[in-house]
Amino acid sequence: MTPPSRSTGGSSRLDVRKTYKLFIGGAFPRSESGRSYEVTDAAGRFWANAAQASRKDARDAVAAARKAFAGWAGRTAYNRGQVLYRVAEVLEGRHAQLSDEVARSEGLGRRQAEATVSASVDRMVWYAGWADKIAQVVGGANPVAGPFFDFSFPEPTGVVAVLAPQESSLLGLVSVIAPVIVTGNTAVVVSSYSRPLPAVTFSEVLATSDVPAGVVNLLTGSAAEIGPWLASHLDVNGLDLTGVDDPDLARSLEESAADNLKRVRRPAPLDLDADPGIGPMKAFLETKTVWHPIGI
Amino acid sequence: MTTLSSSRPSGALADAGGLPSELAQAASSDAALRRFLHGLPGVDQVGAEERAAGLATRSIKTSAKEFALDLAIRMVDLTTLEGQDTPGKVRSLCAKAVRPDPSDAGCPSAAAVCVYPDLVPVAKEALTGSGVLVASVATAFPSGRAALEVRLADARAAVAAGADEVDMVIDRGAFLSGRYLQVFDEIVAVREACERSDGSRAHLKVIFETGELATYDNVRRAAWLAMIAGADFIKTSTGKVQPAATLPVTLVMLEAVRDFRSATGRMVGVKPAGGIRAAKDSIRYLVMVNEVAGPDWLDPAWFRFGASSLLNDLLMQRMKLKTGRYSGPDYVTLD
Amino acid sequence: MVSTGSTTASTGSTPMFEYAPAPESRAVVDIASSYGLFIDGEFTDPGSGRSFKTISPATEEVLAEVAEADARDVDRAVKAARRAYSRTWSKMSGRDRGKYLFRIARIIQERSRELAVLESLDNGKPIKESRDFDVPTAAAHFFYHAGWADKLGYAGLSTAEPGAPKPLGVAGQVIPWNFPLLMLAWKIAPALACGNTVVLKPAETTPLTALWFAQICQQAELPPGVVNIVTGAGETGQALVGHDDVDKVAFTGSTEVGRQIARTVAGSRKKVTLELGGKAANVVFDDAPVDQAVEGIVNGIFFNQGHVCCAGSRLLVQESVAEEVLERLKRRMATLRIGDPLDKNTDVGAINSAQQLAKITELSAAGETEGADRWSPPCRLPEHGFWFPPTLFTGVSQAHRIAREEIFGPVLSVLTFRTPDEAVAKANNTPYGLSAGVWTEKGSRILWMAERLRAGVVWANTFNKFDPTSPFGGYKESGYGREGGRHGLEAYLQ
Repeated sequence: MTPPSRSTGGSSRLDVRKTYKLFIGGAFPRSESGRSYEVTDAAGRFWANAAQASRKDARDAVAAARKAFAGWAGRTAYNRGQVLYRVAEVLEGRHAQLSDEVARSEGLGRRQAEATVSASVDRMVWYAGWADKIAQVVGGANPVAGPFFDFSFPEPTGVVAVLAPQESSLLGLVSVIAPVIVTGNTAVVVSSYSRPLPAVTFSEVLATSDVPAGVVNLLTGSAAEIGPWLASHLDVNGLDLTGVDDPDLARSLEESAADNLKRVRRPAPLDLDADPGIGPMKAFLETKTVWHPIGI
Repeated sequence: MTTLSSSRPSGALADAGGLPSELAQAASSDAALRRFLHGLPGVDQVGAEERAAGLATRSIKTSAKEFALDLAIRMVDLTTLEGQDTPGKVRSLCAKAVRPDPSDAGCPSAAAVCVYPDLVPVAKEALTGSGVLVASVATAFPSGRAALEVRLADARAAVAAGADEVDMVIDRGAFLSGRYLQVFDEIVAVREACERSDGSRAHLKVIFETGELATYDNVRRAAWLAMIAGADFIKTSTGKVQPAATLPVTLVMLEAVRDFRSATGRMVGVKPAGGIRAAKDSIRYLVMVNEVAGPDWLDPAWFRFGASSLLNDLLMQRMKLKTGRYSGPDYVTLD
Repeated sequence: MVSTGSTTASTGSTPMFEYAPAPESRAVVDIASSYGLFIDGEFTDPGSGRSFKTISPATEEVLAEVAEADARDVDRAVKAARRAYSRTWSKMSGRDRGKYLFRIARIIQERSRELAVLESLDNGKPIKESRDFDVPTAAAHFFYHAGWADKLGYAGLSTAEPGAPKPLGVAGQVIPWNFPLLMLAWKIAPALACGNTVVLKPAETTPLTALWFAQICQQAELPPGVVNIVTGAGETGQALVGHDDVDKVAFTGSTEVGRQIARTVAGSRKKVTLELGGKAANVVFDDAPVDQAVEGIVNGIFFNQGHVCCAGSRLLVQESVAEEVLERLKRRMATLRIGDPLDKNTDVGAINSAQQLAKITELSAAGETEGADRWSPPCRLPEHGFWFPPTLFTGVSQAHRIAREEIFGPVLSVLTFRTPDEAVAKANNTPYGLSAGVWTEKGSRILWMAERLRAGVVWANTFNKFDPTSPFGGYKESGYGREGGRHGLEAYLQ
């Protein structure tokens, strides 16, 4: 277990401690509410004050995600794959820092924390490789009974609100963000409440990996407080409830989401070691079917 | 004269030796003009943009670059079209157009200065004897939304004040709602309004506002419409709407003027305007002129850039070629 | 030495816009005087000690001496590939195989300028093509296939057995000289992604980028033996294709050699895919977007000097617009710049070899003899090197040799048609079936033509478009099997 105040370069040097802010529209603002909350490490010791996102931050994040959507969805699949692979590269470069933060957040031993970070990088690489393949796997030509060329292909849903897992502060986070954005959606993510700090470092990775501003927005704070605002927001098209452990809250969020028929991914136990399958991507994909006559 | 000419075919090209009959008859009625314009070959967007992008990879270095930079400077219509324009601003601009680089007398002058009609007299006086022309926007630039008599009066005033060239805007509302013959007749009327008492005529540039026309097919149609109506130049944009000039849109217009000459023997000029800030981009346009319309268009009489900050970048590139060092904004004058 | 290409009548008063030479520097690539074979992760001398020279077709200068692999060398390489397969590659997770391929893709991107210059030197193609097309597309192939390595179960290719489909083992791959690095990528990327190891023979006139690739494999720390490069000519290729321990043969090249290979593997357990010649029809209808169609015709036959198996070497133009299209086409051809491949403004480079030049010359002479009308824009060709001007034949009938035989050079044969049915019939009237082009603004006609054209790739209102996700391959004597896309994985799986 790492000691609470890490000092670098010998025990007499005072370290410069990191500030943990929100990530909205490519920038790192504090909460507009000015609030923060104490984050402790797995042993209960004070670690940092994280920004506590408000409904207005959520509103701003949705606006940023919406603004980024057309551009991100309009990129070639190849380009999105390249960007996600770059995220993996930069994440790999931050291996040591994130291993520290994951170990401290989750109370893991050093080796376990490192394995978790490695798995997160690998998961990012796995999803990067899906960008230019998912259309081939879920799309195709339909042999209709008439002189028409008929084909179906997937399109991203739009802005997806994601309530990230509470326990798995990095691997769980990556596992819910990557499937949303690889296909062209943009995301507003609420991190784990008690283990938010690796998520903030992850947004720094995103900010330095050619991910366009607004494609991922990260709010640290309470899913119970801002979840309802996201679930009822009419400009949000999808809702991922993976991180909601309370079944009553999950149900009420799903009910709110019904107002504009958001596509909802219900909470389910996450097996983070297993092959994720294509379900998480398909949850936020539409299918478009096009007909065209064949004739001279 | 505020009434539109009612005789068909248009009298506009009578002085150019006329048009082949199928083109002359295209404007005989609204239905005929629509059939003609809609019958022009379509433009494939992806293919057109690919061609423009391919031409943009040409590498223009050393002597070719020197040639291109000087030519581009000579093709600039140095422009100020702001509500806050004053006589002082216009005089300063004119001085810059005449002598763009005070440290180098060998630097050529720009082609023209482009201003609003009420500032034409100021420009005219400042440019007397310099060889730099005075171009004026007119016809309720930039929107064109005013009664026809107001727009014609605007054009006449510019000519009376001494403008050598008039840059008019077409009625995009009329175009987009399919009233092609109206657009045609208005161009003819403005062209007539450019006539002077001594029998000469201010040259007419017709602005399409390609950003509002949206499709390349529309740009091709507008080009043919304007050329049959007697435009001397076709121009992409007012510079007040995005997107303004682009390489592919200019490509389509260069193809149109090339084809028009093949069909009629008559040359029409092309002017991209707005958004061309870098010397590198202007050289790309010249490459496109060279390879699409042909070298005959590589002359200020047939190709212009509607620009303001472009001139300084051209000067800085010119300086770098001469001195071998990168230049900076402190070494070119503000206008 | 470079043609300005512009012959539009000038009034004489406007000075010409002459593009000054804009050469890409050769300094970026460091070519050694000689190269060995790449076997089991190392460069090694050929058993016989024999070597051959590779030259620049633009200047005829010798670039390097390259080892000639004989049957024993091929055997060594196959053994190395087999060892690497059994001990390492087939045991490795798809995830890790993918990571190697991602590394290779990245290194190709990092060294792209060096590779582009080398490719233009060795092949003769314009630097703007190797820079903007060959090298980036090769990198993209590795990226795409890297992502499949751990997703093969999703590719929809599995048989009834559960789990991910299995690789074949050792692949023997022989590639042509027209897109050396890209053809290497088309072969190696899917093979490795699917779990196979490879022995690849590049063409004898263009071995260098393959040898650079071997070095890239070393930089990526690819396990030894997974990729082996054996340089040589026809005999080396035969030894590889005929080797008993090769499970899979992949060949891109002439139909003639393809037939030989098909005969060689007959009765064996070897799986084979062939990507052979073509004589594609580029069909232009009266309602085509004419300026873009002209671009597509030009691109179709003059891109890469016409050294493209899927080149649009037959223009089938609707008779009602033939004159107009031809006039525009000739005017456009006159702006093509033929010359030094390393000049960034060159559009058409050198013919790859004296042998190929002789073939193009012979067939063009036949065209004239058989009565077609020949036209080329005026252009000055350099004195040294192998050059052929862009050439057009009109008045061509289906019976002419230049309408039936693959010329593989910058020579376009023009035929006309009256109706869509006639266009289809003429387009299909060939033993080949690799690609076809259709130009019309009418969507339904595009799809109607696509349905009826017996060709593996149909380009509508575009031409010569390639993407790692898009399956490519031919019908009939243009070969069988597909490369690229989900379908392309099939060739390398059980």
